[in-house]
Parts: sequence; structure tokens; C-alpha cells
Amino acid sequence: MLKLFNINKTFNAGTINEKKVLVNFDLHLHPEDFVTVIGGNGAGKSTMLNIIAGVHISDSGQVILDGQDITKDPEYVRAKNLGRVFQDPMMGTAADMGIEENLAMAYRRNKKRGLSWGISHEERVLYHEKLKILDLGLENRLKSKVGLLSGGQRQALTLLMATLQKPKLLLLDEHTAALDPKTARRVLQITEEIVTENKLTTLMVTHNMKDAIRYGNRLIMMNEGRIIYDVAGEEKRSLRVEDLLKKFESASGEAAANDRMILA
Amino acid sequence: MDNLSGIIMALQGAVSQGVLWGIMTLGLYITYKVLDYADLTVDGSFALGGAVSAILIVKGMNPYLTLIFSIVAGMMAGVVTGFLNTKLKIPAILAGILSMIALYSINIRIMGKPNVALLGEATVVTQIMNLTGLSNSVISLLLGILFAAVITGIMYWYFGTEIGCAIRATGNNEYMVRALGASTDQMKILGLLISNGLVALSGALVAQSQGYADVGMGTGTLVIGLASIIIGEVIFGKRFNFAYKLLSVVLGSAIYRMIIAIVLQMGLKSSDLKLLTAVIVAMALSIPVVKKKIAVR
Repeated sequence: MLKLFNINKTFNAGTINEKKVLVNFDLHLHPEDFVTVIGGNGAGKSTMLNIIAGVHISDSGQVILDGQDITKDPEYVRAKNLGRVFQDPMMGTAADMGIEENLAMAYRRNKKRGLSWGISHEERVLYHEKLKILDLGLENRLKSKVGLLSGGQRQALTLLMATLQKPKLLLLDEHTAALDPKTARRVLQITEEIVTENKLTTLMVTHNMKDAIRYGNRLIMMNEGRIIYDVAGEEKRSLRVEDLLKKFESASGEAAANDRMILA
Repeated sequence: MDNLSGIIMALQGAVSQGVLWGIMTLGLYITYKVLDYADLTVDGSFALGGAVSAILIVKGMNPYLTLIFSIVAGMMAGVVTGFLNTKLKIPAILAGILSMIALYSINIRIMGKPNVALLGEATVVTQIMNLTGLSNSVISLLLGILFAAVITGIMYWYFGTEIGCAIRATGNNEYMVRALGASTDQMKILGLLISNGLVALSGALVAQSQGYADVGMGTGTLVIGLASIIIGEVIFGKRFNFAYKLLSVVLGSAIYRMIIAIVLQMGLKSSDLKLLTAVIVAMALSIPVVKKKIAVR
């Protein structure tokens, strides 16, 4: 479904702040893979997602989505096939617009926008139904401004928006990191329900090792722009947090002592 | 008593001017309020609209038809600013300043000189005057109300459509709009196009109403527009729907002109007005900050 070939990305090349974020990076996702991604700060997790989404353009290499080379497509063109949820709950929704207006924008993600009315009556029925499944009481507040919602409600809404039109790939960039633990659990639960029900191919970056093990069918660990551990199936299911920590230490050497806290 | 009747006379003219300028304010509303973009192009495109309309009338064109050419010229100016900002990554303010400065030369080129008088020419206003015998300021007012009402209606419809929603969302959260498959560059250019088209239309109507176009007639347009928007919001509140907000902006423009007329009657020189306008806008923009400071204490 998604293939990354030999991606290289260096920020501030040629300056004293030069940082090689991704180095000869390869990744291959199968259809319906739900892959969790972990790694320390600066490992290149977010940059990888941003290169897939077109926020950054890689210095070299190829991005292939469902057989199509999208390496040079601008962000908004790729968006037609991608669902995205960001770490910051503010980023995924328009605060001054109503819940239904936000959903209507998302409903047209892969369509051409014309001069027909922004929201149709049938859509409202659909939104009501979809919001009801979230079970956050949003279905009766279709006209409410999104700015009035809590962070968790906004992330759940963003998740719904990202998947309203089935994406070929769902990109989740630490989308529960800014939420309190209870809300984070609920949003992850909703994530799993939506991913399973729609059979979505998903890439989820997280800083929580337990979540990385609990969710998905495959786990990759990144360090300094490379994949240092890639595990799936039965082996992944039987993983424990200690195993991951050990793996991380043996791969990254001395840095582990500092990064352990971030990973835990 | 003499003073009072003078003020009343002045107010009459002020309201009709205000409503004609209000069409400019509707255009500015799109960039400043909807797109959250301070577009200085308007100083140039207002005069551009006046220049194009005036020179075409002098050349013998139907005055109504010249309005369409003015709108198109203004739209082109908006597209240039949009191109500078989105494709060439020049900051919004600077992109607008560049277009504004460029338009100064262009406007003189269009007119062949710094101003064109419409004395004895058939304008929209004089044509109606000959038909009905009404005064210039009454006709200007009626024309202004008609245009403002029609434009408000069209804008209300347009910003409810799929594209219109995408433009509104672009002013709200660019990241989201791109992630949802719409080009924020295109939306900004489109917004600037519509905005400057309306600003130029307003310039054309003002030129026909006052009987001349002048290269300096657009100076301070952005600030005047901001003042009108702010006055409209303060007096009529941010209530109800989009159409109400648009109408309150037009009324804001009329009230701005009334304030100006009153202070002129009270003895201020017309050359002081720019200072006064700047002070009004600076005060209005600083209200949220001052409120916060007071609340902290």
C-alpha cells in the first residue's frame, strides 16, 4: 500500500545545525497494516509522516502510495488519499466554524469543490449518525463552533473527519499526546474501532510503549533516522515494554539512559 | 443654528459617500476578516477602479459598462498580490505594498495624467439625475444601497458554497485545509481576487459620483476600511448570520463618514483626517490587549 524507498532528509544542510533526520530510509506497508511507530526525540518519526503527507519534500528517494508515485505531489493533492490527525488538537479542525461545517470540509477531501451548497441535508443525517457512534454527545451540537469543544472531543472529531472519506492511508502523529490519560484512552479506543471497521492501513506514531504494543499488528522502532526494530504478528503480540527498552538500548548505545524516560 | 444646518447638509453627503465606500469595505472584509490577511493592495486597486472607469467614460463608453472593466482590473491586481504572496512567498503586507506602489504608476499610465475630470460626461449618476431630477447625493445613496444589497446577497450565497467554505476555513486553519485536500494558495488568490474586484467597483462608483478620478483617491483605503469594519462591529455586535455582519460593515462605513463630517464641521482640517482615522483604528485594535492588561491587575 505504501512504499518508501531510500528516503533521505537533512535539515539545515551545510550549516552548523545540520541534522540528518532520515537516512536511506525504507518502509513497506501492506494493505490493512496497522503499524505503530516508536522512537526517541529526533528519531525522525514525525519527519517520516510529514514526508508521506507532503509537508516536507525529501532530498532523495521515492514515496509510492497504492502504486502511484506521489513523491513530488503537493500536500493538498496527496491529501485526497490521506487521513491525518495531528498531535495538537487545534491543528485538525477550524475553531471558528461549526462541527457540521468542519465535517463538510472533510467530506469533500477527495472531491472537487464547486458552487453547490456547502452542506446538504443528507450529509447532516450522516454526520448525526457518525457522531453518535463517538458517544461524546456531539451529535446534538452540529451547529456548535468547534472552538467550544475540549481537546479530546476535537481529536475524536478530527479522527472522524480524517476517515469520513475512506483514506488509503491514515497517519496519526502522536494524536493522543496532548490529552489527559483517560481521554487519551478513549480516543485510542475510538481509533481502533474506526481502523478495524473500515479496514484502514494506518501508521500511528506514539511515545507510549504500552500503546505501541497493545494496538496494531506491527511495530517499528526508529533511531537516528533509521528503523532499528521491525516486528509483527505473534512476536509483536508477546512483546513486553522491557523487551522494547532492551532493544532500544542495544541499538542506540549510550543515548538510551536519557531517552528511556521519553519512551516510557 | 447655522452650524447645525451645516452639519445636517454635510451628513447627507457623508452617508451617501459612506455607502459607496462601504462596497470597498465589503471587499476588505473578505481579506481582513475571512482570510485574516491585511491587504494593502486596496489602496491601489481603489484608485485603479476609479481610473479605469473615468478614462473609459471620457473615451465614450457606457458608464455602467465601465464598472465591469473596473472590477476586472481590480481582480487582476488582487491576483498579482496573491501570486507574490503564495507562489513567491513574499509576506502578505509586503506583497500588498508592492502591488500598491506598482499601481500608482499604472494608474497614471491608464489615465495619462494624475487625474481625470468627468465634467460634462455621462456618468451613472448624471444619467439618473437627468431622468429623475434627484440630487447627486440622493442618487449616490440609492446606487450605493442597491449595489451593497446585491453584493451582500451574492457574498452570503458564495461563502456558503463548497468553495466559499474552503476560503473561510483557510482564514481559520490553513493546516487543516491542506490536510483536507484544498489548496490554500488557490483559496487566498481567489479571496484577493474577489476582494479587490469589489474595491475597484467601489472606486469606480466613487469616481463617477464625485465627478473625477485621482491617482491619490485610494490613499488610506485599507485603514479607512478597517475603521469601518471595526465601527460596524462595535456598534452592531458580532451577532446573527454572515449577511448581518456584512450589512453592519456597510453601515460602519456610513457612520465613519458621518463622524468625519462632524469633526470637519467642528473645525478640523481635512488633512487631519488621516491622523484621526489612524488613531481610531489603533485604539480599536488595542482594546483587546488593554482589556487583558487590566484583567491581569
